[in-house]
Amino acid sequence: MDINNITIKNALEGLKNKDFSSEELTSKYLERIKKIDKELNAFITVDEEGALNQAKKVDELIQSDEDIFEEKKLIGIPFGFKDLYSTKDLKTTAGSKIIDNYIPPYDATATKKLKDAGVVIIGKTNEDAWGHGSSGENSDLGPTRNPYDLTRVPGGSSSGSAAAVAANECLAATGTDTGSSVRLPAAFCNLVGLKPTYGRVSRYGIISMASSFDTIGHITKTVYDNAKILEVTAGRDEFDSTTPDIPVPCYTTALNENQGIKGLRIGISKEYYIEGVDKDVESLTLKAVKHFESMGAVVKNVSLPHTGYAMSCYYILVPAEISSNLARFDGIRFGKTRDQFGNEAKRRIMLGTYVLSSGYYDAYYEKAAKVRTLIKQDFENVFKEVDVLIVPSSPTLPFKIGEKTDDPLQMYLSDIFMCPINIAGIPSLNVPCGFVESLPVGMQIIGPQFSEELLYKVAYKYEQETEYYKIQPKI
Amino acid sequence: MSNYELIIGLEVHVELSTKSKMFCRCDADYFGKKPNTQTCPVCLGLPGALPYINEQAIKDCIKIGLALNCEISKDSRFERKNYFYPDLPKGYQISQYRWPLCIKGWIEVVGKNGATSKIRINRVHQEEDTAKLVHQLGISNFKFPISNEQKLTLIDFNRSGVPLVEIVSEPDFRDVEEVRDYAKKLQQIFRYLGVSNADMERGDMRLEANISLREIQNSKSEIRNDELPNYRVELKNINSFRFMIAAIEFEIKRQTEELESGRILKQETRGWDENSKKTYLQRSKEEAHDYRYFPDPDLPPILLEEFQISNIKSQIPELPEKKLERFKSEYKLSSYDVEIITREREMADYYEEGVKIGKEFEVTPKQIVDYIINKKVNIDEVLPAKLVQAIKSALQVVAIDMGELERIINQVIEENQKAVGDYKAGKEAAIMFLVGQVMRRFKEKTDAKIVKEKIEEQIR
Amino acid sequence: MKIDIKHVAKLANLPLTPEEEEKYGKELPKILDYFNKLNELDTQNVEPTFSVIDLSNVMRNDEVLPSLSQDEALKNAPKKENGLIKVETIFKK
Repeated sequence: MDINNITIKNALEGLKNKDFSSEELTSKYLERIKKIDKELNAFITVDEEGALNQAKKVDELIQSDEDIFEEKKLIGIPFGFKDLYSTKDLKTTAGSKIIDNYIPPYDATATKKLKDAGVVIIGKTNEDAWGHGSSGENSDLGPTRNPYDLTRVPGGSSSGSAAAVAANECLAATGTDTGSSVRLPAAFCNLVGLKPTYGRVSRYGIISMASSFDTIGHITKTVYDNAKILEVTAGRDEFDSTTPDIPVPCYTTALNENQGIKGLRIGISKEYYIEGVDKDVESLTLKAVKHFESMGAVVKNVSLPHTGYAMSCYYILVPAEISSNLARFDGIRFGKTRDQFGNEAKRRIMLGTYVLSSGYYDAYYEKAAKVRTLIKQDFENVFKEVDVLIVPSSPTLPFKIGEKTDDPLQMYLSDIFMCPINIAGIPSLNVPCGFVESLPVGMQIIGPQFSEELLYKVAYKYEQETEYYKIQPKI
Repeated sequence: MSNYELIIGLEVHVELSTKSKMFCRCDADYFGKKPNTQTCPVCLGLPGALPYINEQAIKDCIKIGLALNCEISKDSRFERKNYFYPDLPKGYQISQYRWPLCIKGWIEVVGKNGATSKIRINRVHQEEDTAKLVHQLGISNFKFPISNEQKLTLIDFNRSGVPLVEIVSEPDFRDVEEVRDYAKKLQQIFRYLGVSNADMERGDMRLEANISLREIQNSKSEIRNDELPNYRVELKNINSFRFMIAAIEFEIKRQTEELESGRILKQETRGWDENSKKTYLQRSKEEAHDYRYFPDPDLPPILLEEFQISNIKSQIPELPEKKLERFKSEYKLSSYDVEIITREREMADYYEEGVKIGKEFEVTPKQIVDYIINKKVNIDEVLPAKLVQAIKSALQVVAIDMGELERIINQVIEENQKAVGDYKAGKEAAIMFLVGQVMRRFKEKTDAKIVKEKIEEQIR
Repeated sequence: MKIDIKHVAKLANLPLTPEEEEKYGKELPKILDYFNKLNELDTQNVEPTFSVIDLSNVMRNDEVLPSLSQDEALKNAPKKENGLIKVETIFKK
């Protein structure tokens, strides 16, 4: 088996046909991590022993039960888990110094579901501490590098998850997306990254950043793999009050439906094709739109008039929630004292505390909550006219490590095309749409709430014809 | 304090007696349990844990609101009250501020002159309890300011997250008796509703008071009657009702003295020091909290329809005030009797059951209440039917036997004149012979003491 | 616009070094200035959005599930004693 050219789909077939065992597969990834991760810094914790034990257990199950692949949909698949996911008895740091030694006594719901589906947890991946960042540079445990260019950032905050999958250190990795954190690293690392509808996947046990924005997604090489994972993680959870009881479709089955792109109404919002966007990024995105047109899609110009207010709205509400969510880190029941917070966490705690403080609630928090309504309505209106929107994922190519660290506002602007989606709670899928020299470019396919099935179908048809996932980093 | 009028507002916290905690599935009955054995990621505030509302607690809170004549909000929300303290694991308490469950209620209380006044209830809202701080040596009078040896504090999270309802009154109390009556009535209501044990000693029910004094009106005064003083002193963290009353009384004295000597009082929070029997400053206005309330994004709103509220309303039993009036008129009982018999719902129910059975046996409601009060009947041991039986036979003993007893006594005296003579001559023991004779002839069981008394009456 | 950084830090229970105070003292007003853009919008008749999905009355039955063991509950606490979690400094409530 060649781990450089394998997907979850192939791996499951290989395991089923007994071409290789889960232990062999797991060992290959562990070897790869040993070889390259010093340079990449994608993992905070590698659980070699736990992974191999789990792989052996899985192999026994596969030996004894033919139908196990029906029951456990991701059996034997080596995963990286973002270090915000609580994993029972396995260190969970949030990429922070404060809890760099915290061992959760419980599993997040998503962790539990994936464990029940038979995955092998290779380790915990690096990230901007607490999810605060767009580049991975805010990790208290050192930045992760982009496998396509080691001098550049992999995007964040799920930086380690994206770098690990792109560099073939695991087959898939989990992420969280509050403003861009799954999609941006997926875009910068030539991967498929899902930000699901708010509430589609349980947040229970995943360390909260901003509770009304946080979504639980994942990063894979292909659309099929991505859809397969959502089948496992999605659904109502009786430990998370914000997960609606909406049935979970069999996303992978839908991919094979014969229905094509013909007649699909694609919206192009002028607010996302503006001055300041990298020309190459914009032209690759528009080229993809043309490709869809050639496949029979109908393209319409639409407008989301409040897009320009999204950054302000986001950077008021999110820090407000952060300041409250990080209050539990007081060094009493776990972790270190509050002076150990990193720079970005401190900045956001200060900002969030200020906008909620006496006399400012109305001017900032409530005002932003009202603007949130307007932004959400923009999308609702547009989705009366079109089925999906296609926009660039990032206004720039993956940037150099250190390039934006001194200017928080410039860094925040990396999320400009992504945070409106979290404000509205709708799903968005990052799909690779080409390269500028050796650097990957991604686009977002965005739909109304709970339209993940449609997003996967659309992306799948495009991926079948472009196959950018086959282009590997040199590392 | 003749020149000043007392103005008090009260905040009452009551712990609900639900099976599980407010936002998690841990056992809520923490009293006397081994420390930190009833916790989970949610009530410990572990990273990633999320709250989930206990429906029973919401129903109980609404019941309290309805019992206090509140309007029930159609749209209410949980909010985060942000502050730092070691007993607050999340760094915020899930509470309600802008969107409470119940608003605008009232209750009547009786003050020191026996006059009844209406206390307005501003709100009744749902929140969660904090963990329990335990002093290292287990000494319970944990006090402020903290001395050096008290700097070590231990925390037990078993109480963390237990459902708590807060009842906030308007500043409508004018004397301490009203405060006492209010606390007593609330306690009784909680117990009638079956929502809490409301045991003040155990901390199920806690009080906080806001106290200020207002100059009494005269024609020259510029302060309008409905205007509140521009300060108020909050009495907080006082863990016993007795101490709270003492603290209020101390404050009345202190504030009167301050005002009379021309000083200006400021907004502040004070505690009670039981050793010196004085209140002391805990926090001045400048240090006041800024709780930064905002809607808790982890919890969707509670939207209630009229039928849901009526449904809860229909589950509310007859409350003490109503029951008292009904017992008075229906059973023709005295105020004293009904006050005792309706104090607890179990007793009132027991009484009514007895009355129902009593009807068949010609035992009156008055006879039942007398028997219960005089004999201090244990209602857990004696069934109402047994009770009626006991009253019935007691009545019979008195009614029939007295005539018969006297007849026998006279007979025995006549037949034993010698013994009578001996007794009269000073032989005390001789009377016991006569008692024995009577007791033998008298068929039913009777008390020798009564017989002895009766014989003495006859001989003298 | 000037922000009382010390006051905000105190509310946030965040010990800051003098350098950090100076840094955030400069950065926060800049970020807050950027937010003023929102004042261009008339939101008088707009309802605020606190949750993006349409959910209400999400409640559970009053049932008890097993708790963590005392060991599990205390496992991560830096200081503990006799089954209790220890704090050495306590600040005013």
